[in-house]
Amino acid sequence: MSSRIIFINIFRWIVLLFVQIFLLRNLNYYNLSTPFLYILFILVLPFRTPNFLLFLIAFGTGLTMDAFYDTLGVHTSACVALAFVRILFISVSVNRDAFDEPEPSLGNMGFKWFTLYAVLCTLVHHIVVFLLEAFKFNEIAYTLGRALLSVVFTMFVVLLVELIFHNRKSN
Amino acid sequence: MRNLWIFISRYNAFFFFIIFFSVGIILTLKNNAYHRSVTLNSTNAVVGSAYERLNVLKRYLNLGQVNDSLAMENAKLKTQLLSLQNVDTSHAIKVNDTVNRQQYTLFAAKVIKNSISMRNNYITINRGSADGIVKDMAVISPQKGVVGFVQDVSEHLATIRSLLNKNTAISIFIKKNNAFGSLVWGDGNFDFRKAYIKEIPNHFKVNVGDTVITSGVGSFPKGIEVGKVSKTGISTGDSFMTLEISLFNDFSTLQYVYVIKDRLAIEQKALETQLPNEQ
Repeated sequence: MSSRIIFINIFRWIVLLFVQIFLLRNLNYYNLSTPFLYILFILVLPFRTPNFLLFLIAFGTGLTMDAFYDTLGVHTSACVALAFVRILFISVSVNRDAFDEPEPSLGNMGFKWFTLYAVLCTLVHHIVVFLLEAFKFNEIAYTLGRALLSVVFTMFVVLLVELIFHNRKSN
Repeated sequence: MRNLWIFISRYNAFFFFIIFFSVGIILTLKNNAYHRSVTLNSTNAVVGSAYERLNVLKRYLNLGQVNDSLAMENAKLKTQLLSLQNVDTSHAIKVNDTVNRQQYTLFAAKVIKNSISMRNNYITINRGSADGIVKDMAVISPQKGVVGFVQDVSEHLATIRSLLNKNTAISIFIKKNNAFGSLVWGDGNFDFRKAYIKEIPNHFKVNVGDTVITSGVGSFPKGIEVGKVSKTGISTGDSFMTLEISLFNDFSTLQYVYVIKDRLAIEQKALETQLPNEQ
C-alpha cells in the first residue's frame, strides 16, 4: 500500500516536471501569464506526509525547477512557502483523525474544497515567485498583476488535469 | 528547556518553513548576479540619501581638520600660481599649444560613505554620470596619495573600489630608480595605513624611506606620491621582491577626493585595442 503510494508520487513527479519543463515553459501569454503546473505535485501529496518530509520534497522540487529555469532559489523559496500554506490550510479545514482519504485531490475532497485550497496555495506560490523574480517594489502593480494572471492560467490547467484524471478513476 | 521543545514541536511547520525559506532566499541572493547587485549596490537611492544625511553630522565634526588641510592646499596652490605668473607673461603672441593641452582634469567630490575594515572596501561619492564621471577613472586624495578606481556610476553618485580591495592593483615606480612594480593592499593585510608592492625585480636596491610614486601607466597621472617604503627584504621565493609601504593618505578620515578625468583615455583605449592580440 505504502510502496504503491510512493511509486505513484514518484511517477507523478517525473511526469509533471517533464510537462512543465518541456511544454509549459514555452507557453507564455504576452509575458504576463505563465502556468506552473508542477505545483500540483505538492498539492496532492498524501495527507500523512510528515511536515519535515513535505518541506524537503517541496525544497527539492523547487530546486529542480530552478535548475531548468536558471533562477536558483526563486522556485525553491516559493515551493517552501506553498508547503507551509498547505499545512496551515489542511490543519484548519480538515480533521485529520476522522478522515481516511489518502490525498487531497479533487476526486476525494470535492470541487469546492479543492478549488479554494488550490487557489490559496497557488496564489502564495506565484506571488513569491514573481516578487522574488522582479526583486523590486517600484513595479509592484505590474508584478502582482502578472502573479494574478498566472494564478488564473495555472488554476485552469490544474483543474483541467484533475478533472480528467478524477473522471477516469471514478469510472 | 522541555517547554521550549514542546513549543517548537507543536509549531514545527512554522520553524521548518523559516529554515527552508531562508535557505531558498540565500540561494537566490548568492547565485543570481541580478539579485546580488540589486541588494548590495549602495548607490541605490535609499541607502545613498541616508548616508548623505548621516554624513552632514560627520562632516561637521571633522570640520577643523578639513579646514586645516584646505588651507594647506590653498597655500600650495598659491605658491604654484605665483611661480606660474612669474613665467614670462609679457609675450603678446598667443600660441595655440595643442601638445600641452591639459590632459587631466580633476573633479572634487565629497565622500558620503567609506569603509576600511572589510576585505574589499568601497567608497561612495556624491558625483555621478551627470558630472562626467565614468567607470575606471582614477581617484586620488586631496593632499597626497591614491584612493582607487571608479567602480559603478549612477546619475548623481558613484562607487569607488578603493586601494583597500582585493581587486585593486596600481602601477607604481620607486622614485629614485624608476623600478616598476604593482601596488596592492595585500592578502591578510587589514591595516589601512599599509600596503604592499609586488613584482619589483630583485636586482634593484630599495631602502627603507624611499618614496613611491605612480608610474603613469593606467588611469593615474605620473608622479603622484603614494607612500614611503617601510620594510624591505620580505622573502617571496621567486625573482621578485615584496616591499611593505606606509601610505601617505589616511583612508579613515577621507572626506574629499579628486576624480581624475583623462582626456586621452578613450583615444588610448581605442588605439590599443587595434594591437594584434598574439603572445
